[in-house]
Amino acid sequence: MAKKRLIQAINDALTEEMERDERVILFGEDVEISMFGDTVGLLDRFGPDRVRNTPICEATLSGMAVGAAAAGYRVILHMMFSNFIYTGFDAIANQMAKIRLMTGGQIMLPVTVIAGYGGGRSTAAQHSDTPYPALMNLGGINVAVPSTPADAAGLLKTAIRGNNPTFYLEAGGRGGQRGEVPDGDHLVPLGQAAIRRSGGDVTLVSVGAMMRPTLRAAKALAADAIEAEVIDCRTLVPLDTETIKASVAKTGRLVVVDEARDRCSAASHIAAVIAEEAFHDLKAPVRRVTVPNIAMPYAPNVEKPLLPNPERITAAAAALVQT
Amino acid sequence: MTPKSAPSTEEFLDLLRTMLLIRRVEERLRDDFHAGKLPGGVHLYIGQEAVAAGVCAHLNDDDWIASTHRGHGHFLAKGGDPKAMIAEIHGKETGICRGMGGSMHVADFSRGIIGANGIVGGGVGITVGAALAAQLENKGQVAVCFFGDGAANQGVFMEAMNVGALWKLPLVLVCEHNGFSEFSPSDTVTAGDIADRPGAFGIPSTSVDGNDAIAVWEAAGAAVDHARRGNGPSFVLATTYRTHGHNEGEVYWLSGTYRDDSEIDEWNRRDPIERLTRTLVERGICTLDEVGAMDRDILDTVEDACAFAEASAVPAPDAVRDLMFFNQAP
Repeated sequence: MAKKRLIQAINDALTEEMERDERVILFGEDVEISMFGDTVGLLDRFGPDRVRNTPICEATLSGMAVGAAAAGYRVILHMMFSNFIYTGFDAIANQMAKIRLMTGGQIMLPVTVIAGYGGGRSTAAQHSDTPYPALMNLGGINVAVPSTPADAAGLLKTAIRGNNPTFYLEAGGRGGQRGEVPDGDHLVPLGQAAIRRSGGDVTLVSVGAMMRPTLRAAKALAADAIEAEVIDCRTLVPLDTETIKASVAKTGRLVVVDEARDRCSAASHIAAVIAEEAFHDLKAPVRRVTVPNIAMPYAPNVEKPLLPNPERITAAAAALVQT
Repeated sequence: MTPKSAPSTEEFLDLLRTMLLIRRVEERLRDDFHAGKLPGGVHLYIGQEAVAAGVCAHLNDDDWIASTHRGHGHFLAKGGDPKAMIAEIHGKETGICRGMGGSMHVADFSRGIIGANGIVGGGVGITVGAALAAQLENKGQVAVCFFGDGAANQGVFMEAMNVGALWKLPLVLVCEHNGFSEFSPSDTVTAGDIADRPGAFGIPSTSVDGNDAIAVWEAAGAAVDHARRGNGPSFVLATTYRTHGHNEGEVYWLSGTYRDDSEIDEWNRRDPIERLTRTLVERGICTLDEVGAMDRDILDTVEDACAFAEASAVPAPDAVRDLMFFNQAP
């Protein structure tokens, strides 16, 4: 075990995977200087064939990821802020997500797309989106949302070695969070949620960086003698519904915490699955704690309250337990 | 190896054979479409055969091509199996894509055919990626992108030229100017000469008569050779004409017309297959009788392929569930 900052865990995982397999290549805008620090040093270490700074041209970059992967490479595409996914969306939605099916399964697409997501830092509406609802609906795209340095390393390694396109979303501004990362070749499978805290009164499911406010809420609830079980999704596609259902079978109450906008959020999907598949285990309606259907504003005093926080999560859970 | 200035006898005959194969397949698909035998629509390549044949004549199985929604010709010219393509268009499990892609997505990666594409300009970025892979492999492979004058107005075309030139990728951009962006005549949607655009990136640009198979063959040979030698991308503008509609079904649902029949008649008089046939006969490379025999062989091939397609089973509905992801439930 070694204590690492989250961004260092990502950088180490990238380095290890590029060392391990010379067919892993990485490209994207400013990957040399690395705005987030996750790709720093890779160009020096692996050279300009395998690590390329690109022009700002997302439509071509996402297409290139498909073409290079189809031609036999393991591609890591860094798209910087997740809002820039939208300018490259044709090749993501129409090609990457569909080409395997459209061609009758002729190819695998080992593509990992890295992008930072989420608000809370006054980056305003075009640098703060949480894009996984759209990605989840494409069908052929895996979505990983690590919340700890250990998962950041383990999920990234799994994505890079995998044979399906995976969006690996880094929570913006949380790269400094520290945590233990297991030594050696640490892999975390896709589709396996983690139980971060056990409890029998209410299930709190958290998506990505919502883990920290969710754990704080659980602590606050415990002070009122409400024991929350906290589940970290870790990946949204595939989604580990079994772990969530097993917890709901025990607690009968579910709150889903998600920093996507409410409408068609990941929380909405999880709520629907539980309503369909575990309705008789529920003692109360499922509650979602999300962002209102509003774009992220700049002014901190306006932006901050829109995001899920421990108070909103605590209130939602406490209200369920009282019903 | 420098590019040859003229095709050999065998290369001439291969060119003609490829063009005739495309024509006969497309004519049969036209008939089958209007007879209601095909589950989906088709975008026919009739009249543009010289471009696919003239370019693909220079390519090997391990070179890459990406194509368009009008992609049957490129598939066949790159060596794709007519039986598997026609079965695909019939939506059968023996189809090259197991019936899951249809006309707009025929692909055969084992022959470097990344595939047709339903998105105008959709193949451009993908070809850049294949060209990057080819450059990394360093075995002299090239990646060719076929696209139309419509796609030349997509921003990704500019992006691709920039990246391709910047990194000196082994990329050949072949713009088939067939006169229409779907239902809009080119001059109503395109400013300037598309062939002037590559020059801004330092990319060599050649304009040829796209109905002259030999001219296409020569220009493509130089462009492919340029890429193989590591000299970076080239651009070829082949001016041709779409004698059929954007979509073969448009006659049933389009609210009006967008061109005069006289224009179609005029271009039919410049038919690329008749033109190449005439040249070969004039040069004594073959006789009209020999062309007729070649044509009969091809018609037999097409007939066999269609019989195979019609006799094939439809895919099992559950098969689709295994195709979204590799080794993972959808």
